[in-house]
Amino acid sequence: MNMDRRIVFILVALAVIIPMLLSVNLPVSVSEPTQKFYDYVEALPAGSTIMIAFDYGPSSLAELNPMAKALLKQCFDKDIRVIGITLVVDAPTLVSDLIQEVAAEKEAVEGEDYVFLGYRPGDVQVILGIGTDIASVYDTDYNGTAISEIPMMQNITNYDQIDLLVDFASSDTIESWIIYANVQYNQKIAAGVTGVIIAQMFPYLQTGQLVGLLSGILGAAEYENLVGAPAKGMQWINVESFVHLLIVVLVIIGNITYFIHRAREE
Amino acid sequence: MDFWSLIGIWVAAFLTLSIYSVLYQDNPFYRFAEHLFVGVSVGYGIVLSIYQGFIPFAWKPFVAAVEGESSSGFIKLIPICIGLLFFARLSPRHTWLIRYPIAILIGFGSGIAIPNVLRANIFEQTRGTIAPFAAIHAGTLSGWGTFEAILMVIGVICTLTYFFFSVEHRGPVKWLSKVGIAFLMIGFGSAFGNTVMGRVALLIQRVDFLLSDWLNIIS
Repeated sequence: MNMDRRIVFILVALAVIIPMLLSVNLPVSVSEPTQKFYDYVEALPAGSTIMIAFDYGPSSLAELNPMAKALLKQCFDKDIRVIGITLVVDAPTLVSDLIQEVAAEKEAVEGEDYVFLGYRPGDVQVILGIGTDIASVYDTDYNGTAISEIPMMQNITNYDQIDLLVDFASSDTIESWIIYANVQYNQKIAAGVTGVIIAQMFPYLQTGQLVGLLSGILGAAEYENLVGAPAKGMQWINVESFVHLLIVVLVIIGNITYFIHRAREE
Repeated sequence: MDFWSLIGIWVAAFLTLSIYSVLYQDNPFYRFAEHLFVGVSVGYGIVLSIYQGFIPFAWKPFVAAVEGESSSGFIKLIPICIGLLFFARLSPRHTWLIRYPIAILIGFGSGIAIPNVLRANIFEQTRGTIAPFAAIHAGTLSGWGTFEAILMVIGVICTLTYFFFSVEHRGPVKWLSKVGIAFLMIGFGSAFGNTVMGRVALLIQRVDFLLSDWLNIIS
């Protein structure tokens, strides 16, 4: 039996639109990797410093922006200083807007509570350079302010002053951070990644090379739940559940149809 | 909302619908949006690379060195010149010069990567596979944790056996590799399921944009 695949597209579209219009709310439980991530950040004292690498472009914004937003809210609430950077060339504008938005909401002050250093080319060279001296890679921040003139950067030279590095990644940048920042400089790392690469990240979590791990839109929803700031992540994971249910039903129907068809042919 | 934001939303909505229109069938709107996306992405990437890479790390040190403002700038001329050798590819007579920057890159890359990659991906992973048994021996691991640790070792041994081609896969080796295939299939299934989750999230984000920012149906 052949079904026009456009029927599947229509069903998927309906499975997205209807729950979104009805604002369905399903319970969100928290998985262990997300809990570990949250607990590690929560245990940091006020005045600690987190470096966040926003290594994703517009194509992965849907999965990673919600979790990045939730983490920024948690950091600003706890007076944890944030240094933002990116290894992805088309990320700076998006990241700058994201940080500014959350900072405005939490009344965080640029240069004192957070700084966005922007993009520099050469993944490995940037990661190694930060281990030696951040100023050797970033002489200015994203706005062009000299790093020596930024108050919160006065006592921050390299990984020694960074309590946690978080990589929000849609590609293998996270492996570069682990291979160079963790192995060479013993930097503690947590990650939030897209669903596409989550499976290859779990071995690093099991060995402790990652202190926590957020998995796509599910990780974002769980983190929003923990931070107590429900937003797009929790809203979208509800819709996602309906689409998954539809896919499971379609897979079952497809298999049943296949076996019936095969039995008739025999 | 200001005028330009409104224009931006309408353009984004038009391009989103144009891209999704391919689900019905190929059409000029889809091809226009696709080509625009590729062009804008490449153009944006090049401009940003020039302003955040080439100018601060190559051009400014070069100018400073030439104008005598910075003596250290001359040292930076060495990597700049080596980098320029990549363009030797454009001249058939001088193509051989490209071997030098490639040799340096491979040499640097291998030297810096091999020890770290071995430690991160081989030694640490091996330790991670064995370490739970120390906890089992000490009696600090729960029953479920013990089960997970044993399952992980079985999975590692069986999967590695599948990729061991020096011995013919017969008898016990055949069965071990068959179990290895099962572990691989579970791994691929997990990866595929997560990929579906990621792709659906992209669709949800675009629908959310259309319904909230464009049509204002939901808040």
